[in-house]
Amino acid sequence: MAQLFSNLLDVDWSTEWPMIIMWIIGGVLIYLAIKKEMEPTLLLPMGFGAILVNLPNSGAVSQVVDGIVEEVGPIDVLFNAGIANELFPLLLFIGIGAMIDFGPLLANPKMMLFGAAAQFGIFLTLSLASFLGFELKDAASIAIIGAADGPTSIFVSQYFESNYVGAIIVAAYSYMALVPIIQPTVIKICTTKNERLIRMPYKPKSVTKATKILFPIIITVVAGIFAPKSVALVGFLMFGNLIRECGVLDRLSESAQHELANLITILLGLTVSTKMQWESFLNWQTIMIMLLGLVAFIFDTAGGVLFAKLLNLFLKEKVNPMIGAAGISAFPMSSRVVHKMGLEEDPQNFLLMHAAAANVSGQIASVIAGGLILTLVQV
Amino acid sequence: MFDFKALLDSLPIMGLGMLGIFIVIGIIMGIIWILGKVFTEKKDNKNQ
Repeated sequence: MAQLFSNLLDVDWSTEWPMIIMWIIGGVLIYLAIKKEMEPTLLLPMGFGAILVNLPNSGAVSQVVDGIVEEVGPIDVLFNAGIANELFPLLLFIGIGAMIDFGPLLANPKMMLFGAAAQFGIFLTLSLASFLGFELKDAASIAIIGAADGPTSIFVSQYFESNYVGAIIVAAYSYMALVPIIQPTVIKICTTKNERLIRMPYKPKSVTKATKILFPIIITVVAGIFAPKSVALVGFLMFGNLIRECGVLDRLSESAQHELANLITILLGLTVSTKMQWESFLNWQTIMIMLLGLVAFIFDTAGGVLFAKLLNLFLKEKVNPMIGAAGISAFPMSSRVVHKMGLEEDPQNFLLMHAAAANVSGQIASVIAGGLILTLVQV
Repeated sequence: MFDFKALLDSLPIMGLGMLGIFIVIGIIMGIIWILGKVFTEKKDNKNQ
């Protein structure tokens, strides 16, 4: 009988009680995923994983005794195979690329400017995190939460071998799910009612198949020339898109969008949880990272909106500044938020196609921002 | 806790980062414009 409970009795609860907090955090993540449907594909595996890796002497993760690995856990094996070498986020990017229709952007390329402006939060947060005492490599990894792009966050934080990968990923995905709450507040603060009422008629422009096929190839070359470290991220994203647009690989495109993306998502969420062991997760830095992530999202949104207002000083045909907020990478939530806000102000103002173009450009811009951070931050 | 030197050191990264992203996006916009001019609907149909 004593053997049955030996694992429980062997634990020194006076020092290891924080693992119970991680069970609660795991439970909260699972609750948010199921009940509130907040990024369930990622938060649910991460929540379950947080419990899994914080059980006493968990066989899911490697057990180290006196500095020697006694037993290698499967989650650590997965981590080394898929995240430590940045493979999972890259494979996920093929699936994401296959899901994206760049048509609205190719028809209205000036919307790309909002994708660029809405990355401001990333670079501001980098400075702020440095000011708060984080090492530059960690500050850069935290800043990329503002990319509103989970795979890019994982890729960059893992590239820099940040000490806070777990917290960064939890923050990135949590805030992506909170876009419908964060963005409307920031947009309302930054705009007047009259600005929100600006109508933007949509003049659909046809985009040829040749353009759609050449676009991902040329973008990869441009990104490779200007931000060579982003070429893996951009290249995998654009490869996925090329499969979609070429018209002769429909089966592969379908597989990338569904089977590949789903498989990687399952493994990614669970594997990331290896960085959620209480020893490295429960500290004041995690709280700081959560706050800095929020700052990044707020200033991304504000950056896009204020840039649109700046453009309006020079444009004859005014832009609804809310479109600027859709320049973040959270697709399609951000464009839906802007469209909904536009309809609330004026039921005849349809901003969806403009917002979708800005939102898609945000996906490209966030990856380029990630690549620029990798290039500019020397550690 | 507050590191003013680190803040100052990071400012060039912020400036270069934002400048870099606008340059790359500007180039991409130019490419889209050129693609739009070269591959018009009529020419594409001809190719098909």
